[in-house]
Amino acid sequence: MEAVNIFVKSIFIDNMIFAYFLGMCSYLAVSKTVKTAVGLGFAVIFVLGITVPINFLLENFVLKEGALAWAHPSMASIDLSFLSFIMFIAVIASMVQLVEMIVEKFAPALYGALGIFLPLIAVNCAILGGSLFMQERQYTTIADATVFGLGSGVGWLLAIVGIAAIREKIRYSNVPAPLRGLGITFIITGLMGIAFMAFMGIEL
Amino acid sequence: MSELGVAEKSAVKREVVSKEPLFSAKNKRLLTDPLDDDNPITVQVLGICSALAITVQVQQAVVMSLSVVFVMLFGNIIISVFRNAIPSRIRIIVMLVVVASLVILVDEVLKAFLPDISERLSVFVGLIITNCIIMGRFEAFAMGNKVFPSALDGIGNAIGYAWILVAVAVVREIFGSGAISFPGVGQIKFIPAEFFDFGYYNNNLMILPPMALIVVGIIIWIQRARNTKLIEEN
Repeated sequence: MEAVNIFVKSIFIDNMIFAYFLGMCSYLAVSKTVKTAVGLGFAVIFVLGITVPINFLLENFVLKEGALAWAHPSMASIDLSFLSFIMFIAVIASMVQLVEMIVEKFAPALYGALGIFLPLIAVNCAILGGSLFMQERQYTTIADATVFGLGSGVGWLLAIVGIAAIREKIRYSNVPAPLRGLGITFIITGLMGIAFMAFMGIEL
Repeated sequence: MSELGVAEKSAVKREVVSKEPLFSAKNKRLLTDPLDDDNPITVQVLGICSALAITVQVQQAVVMSLSVVFVMLFGNIIISVFRNAIPSRIRIIVMLVVVASLVILVDEVLKAFLPDISERLSVFVGLIITNCIIMGRFEAFAMGNKVFPSALDGIGNAIGYAWILVAVAVVREIFGSGAISFPGVGQIKFIPAEFFDFGYYNNNLMILPPMALIVVGIIIWIQRARNTKLIEEN
């Protein structure tokens, strides 16, 4: 039951785009058509679903204060949490490389669909943000962390597909010249964010 | 990489000739272009990820801006010094390591000297690592230019980012809370108390995250209305 709550919460209430603005750069750059937006969205779900649990294990068995106690009792006082940024980003960059190679070898069709988006994702703030929020909110089990990663990815997919659909339609409207392109996209995202705020009061 | 591609297009990519005065017209352009014509946020669309969430209060925005100026300046210098030694296949990982180490430094300093601001910035200090401005400038400028121009480019872009951040924060804090609080000085009221007697209310919507996007949208609107060559095709 707890897992379902985390899932719903990370999709709607703590939406990566509307509540924290994570992954905005690729969100703005790749949202011109729905098709590419869907591709990037699924790539983000995929990578978040893999890197958050791995970083969870890293956090709980290596980095956290006292996490190294399993290796030797004398190491219980070691606190490596200041290394977490560099460890997390290293895991993300290498996992993205690895996933890219595996997908290319075993699922060429999927690679054709996701391929160009995978390298872009290593520097997507939403991915590192997922791991950092996982660390900050201190999920207790790996299942919770995985569900949180997947849910955040799904929320991101929803947001980018929504904005891409709106941008496809807005091509037919007469937007004031200085607002065309970037400006109107910002304002629409803001309005979508306000709509998503409706979920804010919900206690799960 | 499309984010980086955008930067590449707009970047002035040329080796600076070595025999020229320290602040030649060309070098000055490196500093001033990112403030308006080539602003990282409103024109290059880089670094929005961490920019918007921390603009509720001016002091947070200032601390964040200073951190980015530091990371950007030293990152550009380091990458520029080693630009001929970095194999291009693994350059992304090398860049990430350089940024991550600088960000760890910033984070530790903030935790030690400004603990409550560091608490409020929460994960966003860490997210400087994946801030697209930094990777974008490394890729588009520092990898191909000498140390001094790269340092200027770093400062210019970081300040271009910082002024948007602070401008958004000023608007949001004045209309959201009616006063701007500075550490040590306390709150400075901008909306006179008489207004509140007449039934004026602070606009609580300004404190919520979506308004940051709308304020940036309006800044873009004003900028492009003034500077018509920035207007995009629909």
